[in-house]
Amino acid sequence: MGKTIAQKIFDDHRVGTPDTDVHVIRLDAVFCHEITTPPAIVDLQQRCKDRVFDPARIKVVIDHVSPAKDSKTALQGMILREWARRHGIVDFFDIGTNGVCHALFPEKGFVRPGYTVIMGDSHTCTHGAFGAFAAGVGTTDLEVGILKGVCAFRTPETIRINITGTLPDGVFAKDVILSVIGRIGVNGATNKVIEFAGLVVDAMDMEARMTLCNMAIEAGGTCGICAPDRITVDYLWPFIKDKYESPDEALAAFSKYLPDSDASYDQTIDHNVSNLTPMVTFGYKPDNVKPVSEMAGTPVDQVYIGSCTNARISDLRIAARVLAGKRISDTVRAILSPATPKVYNQALEEGLIKTFMDAGFCVTNPTCGACLGMSNGVLANGEVCAATTNRNFNGRMGKGGMVHLVSPATAAATAIAGTIANSPLYTE
Amino acid sequence: MKSFSGKALFLDRPDINTDEIIPAKYLTEISRDALAPYLLEDLKLDGFDPATDIAGKRVIITRANFGCGSSREHAPWALAANGINLVVGECFARIFRQNMFNCGMMAVELPADTIARLFSTFADLETTVQTDVDAGTITFSAEGESKIIPFTLSGFDADLVTAGGWVEYADANF
Repeated sequence: MGKTIAQKIFDDHRVGTPDTDVHVIRLDAVFCHEITTPPAIVDLQQRCKDRVFDPARIKVVIDHVSPAKDSKTALQGMILREWARRHGIVDFFDIGTNGVCHALFPEKGFVRPGYTVIMGDSHTCTHGAFGAFAAGVGTTDLEVGILKGVCAFRTPETIRINITGTLPDGVFAKDVILSVIGRIGVNGATNKVIEFAGLVVDAMDMEARMTLCNMAIEAGGTCGICAPDRITVDYLWPFIKDKYESPDEALAAFSKYLPDSDASYDQTIDHNVSNLTPMVTFGYKPDNVKPVSEMAGTPVDQVYIGSCTNARISDLRIAARVLAGKRISDTVRAILSPATPKVYNQALEEGLIKTFMDAGFCVTNPTCGACLGMSNGVLANGEVCAATTNRNFNGRMGKGGMVHLVSPATAAATAIAGTIANSPLYTE
Repeated sequence: MKSFSGKALFLDRPDINTDEIIPAKYLTEISRDALAPYLLEDLKLDGFDPATDIAGKRVIITRANFGCGSSREHAPWALAANGINLVVGECFARIFRQNMFNCGMMAVELPADTIARLFSTFADLETTVQTDVDAGTITFSAEGESKIIPFTLSGFDADLVTAGGWVEYADANF
């Protein structure tokens, strides 16, 4: 019987099986941010185990609340900063170089096909877009990862989702993943890896694949994974060109992590997107999804374009196309948080930031901020936000606030209309 | 080993996420005990009032997929800060479940029909839970009603509960 991508990666990394269904795997990278890492650092100190398994494999960013908004967030940054210095962790991204972790770390080339990655952040599943096994974990798993470079997982059963058909114009990866979550439910992939495959995924660039994998966790998935291909190699080439003679050689090496044609899947789903329309969430669960057209006209108070889901350069380009020459509604406030300094700079160079500002957007520094209601755009009780983020949970962006998850195109169109609206990029 | 017994709190809804268990605005706390007053503050559940319904409770009984969403271990910490070390449900989100055992706490899965019977029999009564980890039983008692429910832990989960968590276990074994 053949193997899935995750099974192949586990076979490469297994260091122990303490139970029949439990695999302890060696980690290629441990990512850290300032919310979930400081409690691990403090605990390690209290246990007299203030060590790291390999400073070169630990990558650190301050991203959730940056710059610090108060004494408590300043302390979180300080603990992380001092710890990174103490242990000689070179890849540390502080104010000026920091950005949303799941956009920043791929941009730095820190994820490769076949890698195992953990982070104390549920959206770590994003990095599976590179053909890696990347999973969000809690602080204790992170702590052990930092200390020993290992983590325990159950056997990675895999759901294969073949995205088939032709993606219509004006319909994006965000709409695809919302429709997938709507189909399988918030508990549909719990304890499972989702392998995203099919011609639509094959045609997606890395940023779209990251959007897809980013929300695997909203279906309960441990990791979303795309098979590594030429698009993966081309994205990573600046970081791997010294290791391989040519992109073809790199591709051949990575093909080791392709799923076998007779791989055993827990479930295989064909998800045809030829008739898919732009999607939006309603209610308080990410599987409460419907076509934007059915929610059109719903007033919003705020539009937010940001987060690890949709604030990369391709997202900004799409939103700017919709916004060009237009003004946002007088009844709406709109916020753009480019995901990383590189995205911000590129958007400046391409004139996109001017487009956003001319339209009436506030442009913030890169940070997670408003997505989880910590800073930079928290909602008041009763307010409504159309957001390119990943969670519409009750209270997520502020107590008593309502979040509607949408693509950047829909977010931009909604900012202009003042109510939830389809973008002109989509024609029914 | 931690205590897994005491008064029961029934939360009759699936998919209770970790933002509801502990909102993100409290994730700036470094001390785990500081989370105690905010447990379940944003829970969307008719008739539930965190101000009056949590005090004195030691065990949560709920439906499917408890702990979905954010990976924040602040969720089990906020439970522990309120003396709650055991959640019983149909199934759990992966990260939350692992976080519970990693802290030496327990997330015990029971069949949906068993959970349904527990809700119909006990949810409206003042119910006390007595857990015997070695025997693998949880006894639910209230006003003349008593049910002994067997449960099983995997060897690995049991090791974590016995060791008090994953840090000590991993440091000793890997």
